[in-house]
Amino acid sequence: MTDQTNLRAPARRGLLFGAAVGLSSAGVLALANVATPAFAKATKKGSAAQDAGLLNAAIALENEGIAAYQIAAESGLLSPGVLKVGILFQSQHKQHRADLAAAVTRLGGKPSEPKTLAEYAKEIDAASLKNEADVLKLALKLERGAANAYLGLIKPIGDADLDLLIARIGSDEAAHVGYLTAAMGQMLPEKAPMFG
Amino acid sequence: MRAVLIAALVASAVAGAAHAAPDHRKAPKLVVASFTGDPVKGAALYESQCTACHSLDMNRIGPAHRGVVGRKAGTEPGFDYSPALKRAKITWTPANLDRWLSGPINMIPGVRMGFSLDKAEDRHNVIAYLATQTVKKP
Repeated sequence: MTDQTNLRAPARRGLLFGAAVGLSSAGVLALANVATPAFAKATKKGSAAQDAGLLNAAIALENEGIAAYQIAAESGLLSPGVLKVGILFQSQHKQHRADLAAAVTRLGGKPSEPKTLAEYAKEIDAASLKNEADVLKLALKLERGAANAYLGLIKPIGDADLDLLIARIGSDEAAHVGYLTAAMGQMLPEKAPMFG
Repeated sequence: MRAVLIAALVASAVAGAAHAAPDHRKAPKLVVASFTGDPVKGAALYESQCTACHSLDMNRIGPAHRGVVGRKAGTEPGFDYSPALKRAKITWTPANLDRWLSGPINMIPGVRMGFSLDKAEDRHNVIAYLATQTVKKP
């Protein structure tokens, strides 16, 4: 079985991916802020293990998102413009995963590993995706859920530096929601706040 | 009379009845001890708040939820639970689900779920919805 991290995108996608990774260096710098020795010392032993467990759940969320975009990219259902954006979003999820994994490691934990692409395909019922609208609908559901999930992590984590990392990632998910909502020709919710 | 009907609904969830799952849109409000939940509102909340990590029938970031009301914690086949949840000797009664959704790590330190629903009404509505989702799809 093929692990999602070993999948290779076509050359054009690879170029797009490379550009996106370059743009995300700010995220790496942000992580440096989080993953200092002082931060590690300041975290109590018990809560560090707890925080690592919670962040690992977030990594699992990112792993599923990365796989979902990979499945979508390989489905042949996406128009070129949507495919390009999907690859960009996937690259951002990979950066989220890297930032979270670094934080988990600094906390003394082991970042959770992804499942196989086949397992993710089953979990998200990829067989039911018949057209681009189906893919966008699924992406919107996962991204909206992720934005809400990150908001829900802020309170239990309770560490300001980690909360900042979570808020940054959650903001990215919210931006994805905005794009996907527009791409589907839908309106944003009338009531604010839109998440949480 | 209403309370009797609702007690039957909970009993059905606990037993994992073999008949068709009740439609949450037609289900009565769930009254358990001190709270009432609306399964219709709960379905919408579940969709927006829970499906990032959960689904009814698939183990994903979190375990599958169909039949969760009345299930022993840490026992959904095929899901890799945290040691803390495996050790927890509790049953997902509506009251325990209410405590869980108020703050999972406060109820069982060491679990991997941090998400909570702060409003009691939201928790009760989600629990009421889950109580209607009792039987696996054919």
